[in-house]
This record gives sequence, C-alpha cells and structure tokens, in this order.
Amino acid sequence: MNAENPKAETLREDVEHAERVPTTGESAGARTVAAVPAKKIEGRSPWALAWDRLRRDKVAMISLLIIVLIALMAIFAPLFTAWTGHPPNEQYHSTGLTLNGLPKPPSSTFYLGTDDLGRDVLVRIAYGARISLLVGVIATLITVAIGVVVGLAAGFLGGLVDTALARLIDVVLSVPFLLVAIALVSITGPSLTVTILVIGFFSWASVARIVRGQVLSLREREFVEAARSLGAGSSRIMFVDILPNVLAQVIVYTTLLIPVVIVVQATLSFLGLGLPPPTADWGGMISEGQAYYRVAWWFVLFPSVALVITTLAFNLFGDGVRDAFDPRTDQLLNK
Amino acid sequence: MIRFLIRRTLLGIFVLWLITMAVFGLFYVTPNNVARTLAGRQATPATIHLIQERLGLDQPLWKQYFDFVGNALHGNLGYDYYHQVPVTTIIAQALPITVSLSLGAAILWMIIGVGNGVISAVRPRSIADRGLTVFSLVFYSMPTFVLGLLFLYFLYFKLTLAGYDWFPAGGYVPLTDDPAQWARSLILPWFTLALVLAATYTRLTRGSMLDVLSEDYIRTARSKGIRERRVVMRHGLRSALTPVVTQFGIDLGQLIGGVVVTETVFSLPGLGKTSIDAINQQDLPVIVGIVLFASAAVVLANILVDVVYAVLDPRVRLH
Repeated sequence: MNAENPKAETLREDVEHAERVPTTGESAGARTVAAVPAKKIEGRSPWALAWDRLRRDKVAMISLLIIVLIALMAIFAPLFTAWTGHPPNEQYHSTGLTLNGLPKPPSSTFYLGTDDLGRDVLVRIAYGARISLLVGVIATLITVAIGVVVGLAAGFLGGLVDTALARLIDVVLSVPFLLVAIALVSITGPSLTVTILVIGFFSWASVARIVRGQVLSLREREFVEAARSLGAGSSRIMFVDILPNVLAQVIVYTTLLIPVVIVVQATLSFLGLGLPPPTADWGGMISEGQAYYRVAWWFVLFPSVALVITTLAFNLFGDGVRDAFDPRTDQLLNK
Repeated sequence: MIRFLIRRTLLGIFVLWLITMAVFGLFYVTPNNVARTLAGRQATPATIHLIQERLGLDQPLWKQYFDFVGNALHGNLGYDYYHQVPVTTIIAQALPITVSLSLGAAILWMIIGVGNGVISAVRPRSIADRGLTVFSLVFYSMPTFVLGLLFLYFLYFKLTLAGYDWFPAGGYVPLTDDPAQWARSLILPWFTLALVLAATYTRLTRGSMLDVLSEDYIRTARSKGIRERRVVMRHGLRSALTPVVTQFGIDLGQLIGGVVVTETVFSLPGLGKTSIDAINQQDLPVIVGIVLFASAAVVLANILVDVVYAVLDPRVRLH
C-alpha cells in the first residue's frame, strides 16, 4: 500500500506538471482546449507526448541518424582498416609521404590523404571517433550524476547542507576551468581516465545549480507533503518522488552537454594534453595538422569537419529534445 | 545595495581563499622535479638540494602555503623558477594583450549576438530568422581552435598568397605603439573568440525577446502608436536583456578558456599563452599566480554583473 500510493501521486503530479509546462499563466486552460481537436481523448504520459513531438521533428531525426552513423563508425573502426588495408598507427614512409617527407593529398590509396608521419587520415578519423564519443558520453554521465545528487541534496535537505553545497557550487563555477584542467592534466600526465575525471569534476556545478533551483520549488508542493505523511523517508522522497519531475530538464541538459564535453576533450588534445601518441583522436590530429596547414590542408581539415559535424549533430538533436519537452516557444509563435 | 556589495565581496574573498587552498594543494602536493630539471643533466644531489632550498621547496607544505598567502596579500605572487622574474611582472606584461583580446571580442560578440537575436525575434520563422539560427548553431558547435585555424587558412594564408596582405597570422602590436596595427593584429582573434560565443547570445536573446514581445505591455505600447522600432528597442530589449546579462556573468569563466586557445592559435603572448608555456615548463608559481588572478577576475566580474542586473531589472532587489 505504501509503495503504491506515492507512485500514483507522482503520476498525477506528472500529468499536472506536463499540463502546466507548455503554458504559463492564466491562459493555460484556454489554450489547451483550443489545441485539442475533436478527437477521442486518450491519456498519454508527458514522455509519450515528448517522444511524439521529437519523432515529427525532421532536423532532430536527421541529427540522430548522423549521431548513430558516427557511433557505428566508432564501433566498426577496424572495418576501415580492413577496407583500406591501413592500420591506424601504421606509418607508410615510402607510399604515404612525398619525397620531401610531407603528407600526401587524398588519392585512391589514401582517400583522405596522409598525415605528417604517413598515416592514413581516414582510418585515424574513424578511430578518433571512439575517443570523442567515449569521453563525451562517459564524462557527461558522471557530470550529470554528481550534479543531480548534489542538486537534489542541496535543494531538498536545505539548511546547513544547502548553504555548504551552494557555496561549493559557486566556488567550482568561478574556477577558470580550462586553465586548471590543463594544469592538472600536465601534472598527472595525459590519459583517458584523467580527462574524463577532470571534465566531470569541473562541470557538475551547473547541473547541480539547475536541479537545485527546480527542487527548491518542487519540495513545497503537496505531493511531497503527501509522501511524507505516508511515512516516506528523505531519500525516498528525493529519488522516487522529486527526481522524476526534474528528469525532463536533466535529459535536455545532458544531450546539450555532450557536444560541450566533446569540444573540451578536443581542446585539451589540441593543447597537447589529450591522449599520449600514437592514439588517434580528433583534437590531437588537428593539433598535429596545425603546423602543416599551408602545405597539407586535408590533414587539418578532415578531422575538423568530423569534429564539427559531430558536435553540430548533438546540438541540433539536443535542441529537438528541448523543444519536445518544452514546446512553449512554438506555441508562442502559433498564437 | 551597500549591504549586498559587502556580502558579495566577503563571499568572493571566501571563494578565493578556497581556490588558493585547492590550487596550492593540487600543484604543490604532486611530486615535481623542477629542481632536477633546473640543475641540468650532470647535477650532484647537493646542487639539487641547494636549488630546492633556494626555491623554498624543502619547507613543510603548510609553511609554503602560509608564505604564499602572506606574500600574495602583499601583492607578491612569488618568482618564476627559471628567471626569477616576479610573477606579478609576468602578469602585468601579459595582461594588456589578454584585456585587448577579450574586451574587443566581448563588444563584438554582444553586438553580433544580441543584434542577430533581435532580428530573429522580430520576424520569427522568416528567412532571416532561419538563416541566423543555422549560422549561430554552426558557430556554436565549432571549437574555438577550429574556427581560428579556418581563419588562418583562408583569411591569412590564402588571401596573402593571392596578394592581399590584410590580416597577419599572429603577433601583437601594443595599442600605444600604433592603434591601427593593434586593431589589425587582433581582428582575426577577436572574431574567432566572438563568433563562437555570440551564438549563445543569439539564441538567448531570440528566446527571451519572443517571450517579452508577447507580453501585454508591449501590446499596450504598440496600441499607443509608438513606432515599432522604439517598441522593440526601448520596451522590449531592456527586459529581454536580463537573462543575457546573467549568461554574460557565467561566460566570463568560460571566456578564459577561449582566450587560452585563441592566444595559442594566433601566438599572442597574453595570459593564456603564458600559462600554457608555464604549464609545459612546470613553472608552478606562474601557473598558480595566473589561475589565482583569473579566478579573482571572474569573481569580481560576477559581482559587477549582479549590479548591472539590478540596474536593468528594477524588480530585482539586492539582498
């Protein structure tokens, strides 16, 4: 009994919340009525509604397709080696470099040209996608996990906990992130784990701030009181009752955070603090290509294009997800 | 207002104190072999010990920390390991470059960002709106160094090859030497930094402007017969700018990252490039000094942003 009631309460609250999200203010009722055509009314969860909207968003769907393709490229990177016959770190000193020892332009042997050591740029881009996606996704998940827990605790527990955590958020937000990250990586030595941890450690604060703000208003609502009167403990209320209500925002933020993290990772690599060579990653390739941009444009251009397409796809998809959960801007325009 | 300022300043000092501890702890606790490097390849242990003693590295950590904070409070951030130049001197030399770069870029990105946002919001779903939305999203997705390299390739390398020597590849000319050359040396870095950041502002201004323009008081203003231009600029923009100002405060921290990258790409010897060089040489006092200085700048700027916020939006009470 105890287990069922709060859930029902949350569900009802969810529906209520979803109705409230699209429109603010008094006109909510009027607009909802106007928007519903004379059709059989069926109950749909906000998640189903959002998914429905997202599916109809062409740009978001195309971006999702591109993301999937890039992910496939990363997973099946060895296939590129099989196709071209070039392992990612193999240096072709005789066929892959000109007589002066410079990179060779795109040709039928090296589809996207070679780099300064005579390695195949195409194969290295495929392998580089692994690093970008891996760091992008894992570091984002760590960031969001820390941010959500801290935000929930600060917002819900209040009092001294809140004061301490809020100050901590302020401190982390005012640290010049990239500078400290660079300094840290230079001390510990570059590696995948360090990169992920550094990004996670410095980015959670903005997530925590958003979640905290939401929780501060949610905890005053009736359903929290109801849950408490049913005897639910703090952690149960936080994670079972309140968390689902901030989840939509967290998901939106997560999708938009991934491209940011990918850029940060590439930037660290660009500054020479990415992964130890010869591991292929996009930022590192661009950094190596930088010195050759006058004589070998392909060396710097193709990894850059790969990087920008990836972040652009994630950003467009993230925008779609946000619009799906919060179609307010659209409704403003349709008035 | 005064109470608010005092409170924020105290909080800022507290934040800075935490940062000194964190930075100091991180950088000085980790083992480093500066003394070894400095001593050269054939150094005897005695020489290394002597160097450690001279740099104060043989002292217990807490003593190093208190010396550091004590000196910092007297405006002395220590001396760099290699040439014994005061860190404050190094910062003072690099600062004008970084300030020139970020101030110019900030003005540019505010104009581009807010301007495009207003154009988008006034005619939503027009070709201009869609074009600007795509434009800003592309730049938003572009890492600073990629944009910088694109500029270098097309606007410096290709144009110069074609005989138009308009943009230099890098280097810095002080403003006091030659204002025209100063602007010329910074124009590519300005745009590099500004375009990436402007995108956020375009999106933000567009969204908040759309919200504001659908408010009742805007309808009132229009029905009073005020010209559309004035309605948008005076009545709309002012309240639409509040979230933009908040974002500006948040971005100041991020700006430092962009500055580091831009200065590296265009080889401008500002704070960013200096710190990267210091990091590569493990020159701890310089790293710590710059990180601390940059944090202080962010903290200070955030206080200023809060004040501007209150001026723009009288509903905000500072307490």
